[in-house]
Amino acid sequence: MDLTLFMYLIPSLIMFGCGVYGFITRKNMIAIMISLELMLNSVDINFVVFNRYLFPGQMDGMFFSLFAIAIAAAETALVLAIIINVFRIAKNVDINQITKLKF
Amino acid sequence: MESLGNIILYFIVAIAIIAFSLLTVTTRKILRSATYLLFVLFATAIIYFQMDYQFLGAVQIAVYAGGIMVLFVFAIMLTQKPGQDADALASHRRWLGLSAALGGVALCGYGLFSYAGFARRVLSSDVDVTMEKIGQFLLSTDKFGYLLPFEAISVLLLACIIGGVVIARRR
Repeated sequence: MDLTLFMYLIPSLIMFGCGVYGFITRKNMIAIMISLELMLNSVDINFVVFNRYLFPGQMDGMFFSLFAIAIAAAETALVLAIIINVFRIAKNVDINQITKLKF
Repeated sequence: MESLGNIILYFIVAIAIIAFSLLTVTTRKILRSATYLLFVLFATAIIYFQMDYQFLGAVQIAVYAGGIMVLFVFAIMLTQKPGQDADALASHRRWLGLSAALGGVALCGYGLFSYAGFARRVLSSDVDVTMEKIGQFLLSTDKFGYLLPFEAISVLLLACIIGGVVIARRR
């Protein structure tokens, strides 16, 4: 039995599907961010696995994953700062109840 | 032909990824959701190690599991009451989410199963991803060099630090 490229794409696909489901159904902003991290992570797996199986001599997919991880870290830090600031103003992080910007 | 240990490791990792991803989005307690996300990230790091990209696995553990998860836990502790359950989902919302997720997975799965001649490839062993090579690629300006994105990332991180301080500062 061999480990084919296919076998790594299946868990990553299911991870992405879970991320989509959580992103749509969750109401808490932090839970939405967690679902977003799931989606980003599955894309990173795809980059790495495609690179390793189809172009083992090059390292482009690995560098893309590296930069994606760095950007995800920066983005998460900023989003969580925004969420904490929203909580300080509205005492809530549910997307249904933050309507102060609507008029 | 892979070694038996590799295959067993693959199945453990694949089952862990699938189970913990499902638990992450279905559990009602948000701190548990963050913990399950941590397990998913560790399983991903194991996949990177299995692909011989040791540096990337180390970065995954250090940045994601070490840095981002701490931020998440802090944000959850600061904004949620401990032990609080999330509200039950409205059924139309759950159906919307389920149909979007299952539709996307079915479409991609169909594409994978029908067009994936390349997906039968097996792992070739002729790969040498040494630390020295990664450093040279990161700081070279040749055809496959990554100096420009490297510098752009450093500027982005600086902007992120300043933005975080400005946003979170108490006025």
